Amino acid sequence: MSTFRTPLKRALVLGSAKHGVHHFLVQRLTAIALVLLGLWFVWFALRLPGLDYAAARALLAEPVNALLMLLFVVAVFWHAQLGLQVVVEDYVHTSGWQLVLQVAIRFLCVLGGAACVLAILRIALGR
Amino acid sequence: MPATARPLSPHVSVYRWQVQMVTSILHRLTGIALAIGTLLLLALLLALAAGPDPYATVAGFCRSWIGIVLLVGWSWALSFHLLNGIRHLFQDFVWGYEIHQFVRNGFITSIGSLVLTALLWIGIYLQWGGA
Repeated sequence: MSTFRTPLKRALVLGSAKHGVHHFLVQRLTAIALVLLGLWFVWFALRLPGLDYAAARALLAEPVNALLMLLFVVAVFWHAQLGLQVVVEDYVHTSGWQLVLQVAIRFLCVLGGAACVLAILRIALGR
Repeated sequence: MPATARPLSPHVSVYRWQVQMVTSILHRLTGIALAIGTLLLLALLLALAAGPDPYATVAGFCRSWIGIVLLVGWSWALSFHLLNGIRHLFQDFVWGYEIHQFVRNGFITSIGSLVLTALLWIGIYLQWGGA
């Protein structure tokens, strides 16, 4: 019978809407991904000072590096959005600022992530 | 502010100093710092896609003294957030929650992050020293 109720109705009358752990889970999944991708990124960044522009670009254009950088930036901006969201939820106590900051954080993280993805694709595809 | 001024947790001033409060607040502060640090990642990737001149500008900024200071700070923030993040992942499995373990691995992540950062920059100095 519960299929006739919306998640909101279930939450208001009968308790949990069963979506509570989604934020927690995605934060942990991106964290585990970033442990591995972060170590790769440090290795990548440490090679850059020894390379000129053409060699640095060629290094990132290698399919494995382009793929890992794509995954890295998506995980970084996703994890950053989830973390900043909690910080604002905890320390901002006025609903107006809460709304403005939460929307701004999401927009900026999507903007930053999309810009990074586009840059990586341009490098990987040679445009 | 809310219409009624209610007492808010945490009451920072009434606590005796302990390592748990340091790791807790540093995890948030380094997280915020790393989020701001993604601007440098963004600049690097956009410059790499844009061409040699923009890339030279970003590379030059990274080699300037303010760039080095930011990179040292950013690498420490990454070291701390990485080590303490792994600690949090273990804690999610209720591992290391005894008080003596909690305190000990708090010190391990705090001091470990400094050691990791020092090793990283000693390595960088030996490789490209002074450049």
